[in-house]
This record gives sequence, C-alpha cells and structure tokens, in this order.
Amino acid sequence: MRVIEKSQLMSATEIDRTLQRLAHEIVEKSGGTTNLALIGIRRRGVPLAERVARAMRGIDGVEVPVGTLDITLYRDDLSKVAPQPVLQSSDIPFSVDDKDLILVDDVLYTGRTVRAAMNGLFDLGRPRTIRLCVLIDRGHRELPIEASFTGRTVQTSDTEIIEVRLEEVDEEERVMLVERVD
Amino acid sequence: MKKNASCSSNAWTDSRRRSRTALAPQSFEDAVPQRLPHILGIEPLSAEQILFLLDQSKPFQEIQSHPLKKLATLRGKTVALAFFEPSTRTRISFSTAAARLGADTMNLQAEASSLRKGESLLDTVRTLDAMKPDCLVMRHSSAGAPEFVAGRLDIPIINAGDGAHEHPTQGLLDALTIRDRRGTLEGWNVAILGDILHSRVARSDIHLLGKFGCRFTLCGPAMWVPRELESIGPPGCAIRRVARIEEALDGADIVIVLRVQQERMHEPALPLDDYILLYQLTPQRLRLARPDALVLHPGPMNRGVEIDPAVADGPQSCVLEQVTNGLAVRMALLFLLIGTGGGEAAQEIPRAKDVADAAH
Repeated sequence: MRVIEKSQLMSATEIDRTLQRLAHEIVEKSGGTTNLALIGIRRRGVPLAERVARAMRGIDGVEVPVGTLDITLYRDDLSKVAPQPVLQSSDIPFSVDDKDLILVDDVLYTGRTVRAAMNGLFDLGRPRTIRLCVLIDRGHRELPIEASFTGRTVQTSDTEIIEVRLEEVDEEERVMLVERVD
Repeated sequence: MKKNASCSSNAWTDSRRRSRTALAPQSFEDAVPQRLPHILGIEPLSAEQILFLLDQSKPFQEIQSHPLKKLATLRGKTVALAFFEPSTRTRISFSTAAARLGADTMNLQAEASSLRKGESLLDTVRTLDAMKPDCLVMRHSSAGAPEFVAGRLDIPIINAGDGAHEHPTQGLLDALTIRDRRGTLEGWNVAILGDILHSRVARSDIHLLGKFGCRFTLCGPAMWVPRELESIGPPGCAIRRVARIEEALDGADIVIVLRVQQERMHEPALPLDDYILLYQLTPQRLRLARPDALVLHPGPMNRGVEIDPAVADGPQSCVLEQVTNGLAVRMALLFLLIGTGGGEAAQEIPRAKDVADAAH
C-alpha cells in the first residue's frame, strides 16, 4: 500500500495555537480546573494531553493531573489491527472516581477508539463525567460519539488519511492529509 | 500497525497458517520479536523474546489491582486446559487468566478422563481439538508431550509442565518477580535447593536466568543433584553443585526452594527428619545469603519441611507475588497467542490511525 501526500492541514504554529484554544475552552466550560484530569490515549493523545495540561497551567496556574491509557485490550477490532499487537502500560496515577475526565486523542474517526477508552476507564472506577477533546474530527462515525472540544473539523473521503505528526513521537510537527492508493 | 493490509485474502490466510510452524514475517515495531507459535519451553527462547514476554505481562499486572478485573479482549475464544497430571494451582491460574480475558475454558483432568479407559494421548487431544478450542494448555507427566502434540494440532500449545523437562510459565513468573524486586535479571548468584533432578521448575529457571548470565549453585541430597545437572544450562552457564546448604547460600542473591515431593522420599530412602535437619531453609541459614536475597518457592509449600514458616512469611519471601505474577504472565501468553486472528476481517479497509501509525 502506498500513500501520497495531498496537503498540509496544520503547521506547527497552528497546532500550538489550536491546543491553546482548546485549553481555554476546557477551562471555560468546566468553570475552573479543580476536579479536572486529562487522559491521553496512546500514542499521540499522550503528548497532546501533556501540552493541553501545560497550557491550562498557564491559564489557571493549577496543575491538572495527566494520565495515559493504552486501549489495546479494549479494542473490538484486534484481529484487524496487526499480526502481533503490542501492549503498553496504562499509567493513571490518580483515582478516576468522581473526577471530570477529558479524554484526549489526535484524530476522531469511527469512534471505536473512544468507546474502547471509555471501557478502560470504567474498569478503573466511576468518573463523574467524561468528555472528549480531539485535534482533528474527520467524520465517518460508526458509533454515537461526538467530541466536546474539537481543534478542527475536516471533510474526508474513505481513502484519505489524517496523519498527525508530533515532535515527541515523530520528530516533526504538522498535520497532513494523505491518500491511500492501492 | 497494519503493514499487510494490502495482502490478498489467500496470502493472509496462508501466512497465518504458516506462522504456526514457521514464524510470522512481520511485526509492526522494531522492538517486537517474531510471533511465537507455541510456548513449549524456555530453552528455545532468546533473551530478547523473554524480555518482550515480561514487558507484555506488565499491563496484566496492573489489571490485577483494578476494581474490575474482567476484560472482553478474548471474548468468544476458548482455551482448552488438558491436565493429564493432577494440578490445582497452575490449572486455577490458567483458567482465571482465561476468564479475566473474557475467554471460555474447557477442562480435562486426569482423574476424570478417558486416559483411565486407555485412550492414547493423541486421540484425547484430537478429540479436544475437534471441539474447536483456540489454544491448548497442557500438563503431562512425560517430557516432550506438549511438543509431540504441537506437531500434530493446528492451534497454539502452551506447556503447563511436562515431566521433569520444563515449566515455562513458572520460569517466566519467577523472572518477572525477580525483575520487579531487583530491577534486572542480569548476573545474580542463584541457589536452588532440593530435588533438582525431578524439577521442571529448576530447569526452566536455569534456562531462563542462565541466558542473563546468572550463576547457579545446586544443593540437595546427592541422589537429587547428580553431576549431569551441571551441563543442563545454556552454553557457558556456570552451574556448580555443593553438598552443604550453608555453602550454597553463601553470597546468594536469589534462593529458589523446591518442594520436597514426599512421594519421592522413598526412592533411595532419606528420612524426612534428616532432610529437615540438613536442607531446610531456616532464618539462621538465610542470613548467610546476601541481606537482600529473595526467596522463591513454586508452591505448594511444605511448611516446616523444605522451608521454615518464618522464612516463608518473611520480608524476603516472594511466594505470594509469584502467584499473582503467574496470572499476569499467563494472561499475557494467552493474549499474545490467540489475541489476534480472524483472516477475513484482516482484509477490511484499514483505519486511518492504523495506517498513520504504520507509516512511521
């Protein structure tokens, strides 16, 4: 399978500006940060959650706890993923009970990742609320799931792919629209 | 994550079939060793494969402390447990591991089985296989039985102990316990006490820790520690035999106490009282080992025989961690061996995220 790059959707500066805005929105809509915690979904949700937390510290001066969730065990499409899935640890160093959680991921597509993440969180306790924050919403939902905080909504076709590349994971920083050609 | 997304249907199915005998060609991250078709013993595994298996056990250790421990990951899968030799702990551990992953189990136990009616091993496992389990976990009193079965069935086999050959999941859970407590598997002085001749646990532990440069001192009654044991480890592995437990414990970082199988005490007769006098791990003797030495025991323990209760319950004892880690290791193996599959489903259009991940 080959992919061709079609266009750049976001530059490094635009990613940063969008995350700043998302942080402001979260603080505004939550009436403060006291009961909030961010949960980054592996892999690229993790650096995004950390950056949003950093931005929130700048707004409210408060440290918002950040956790990491690996959803491999909760997927409903394991058999479709890879010959050998590799597990990583989840790291949520606080109780999720009665917290207002914000799940953070890079791209919202079918909604299945978010469904899996919520199942994972329920195994850890009973959060008061769970909301979803994504950098890109590309449509094509297969489940009744919507983001509470969206960086950008992008119309895409089935064969197009959103590639979010982040410094912490990919050593470059931009969002690309690419197309799969078979 | 989905490198073979463009494979044709047949190629995928074929490669899956081949992967049972050969090894699957690709993995999606460089750190991932090739997929294992079976877990028959520690001896054939590389140090990298062992570390990968231990790393994959980590998330399952976390799950043991969750309020809800049951996952749906292997929902719809069936694990056949065939214990041709009586077992309580290992069987419960495997069936709990399967249950916590959402898999169903079918159970065959020696006492109630048709083996008593003269059915051959091969006929018995073929009968089980005809009920379409996704994986077979087996224990047998004959060394090599799981390998024999693995060559004849199409599903992954996990060896849960075969004769005096190997007990790979025990080896892995011991390694996980040691690595958790001490941070590494490298270079420890390991004392193994008791009936080493008949112990598959000792063999799996020696194969495993030997790959990481550990040195072994074997100690027990002469009839249970024959000279041949000095050469059972990986090439270059340092194994020595000593007669006195005090000598074995001197400077030990890890002490593995084996169960005295009382049914074997009659072989060349050794009165139990003599064994206790000469070989029991007591607090006084344990002081000869390093102050932070770990004490492991595969269970079930004979308190007051091979181990003094004060040692078994002391701060250096890892016995209960071993049991909990056993669950994590077994969940990891079941997940790795049968957590994927579904030939047709693999043809579906890849998810954007998967492709994006694979592109890096």
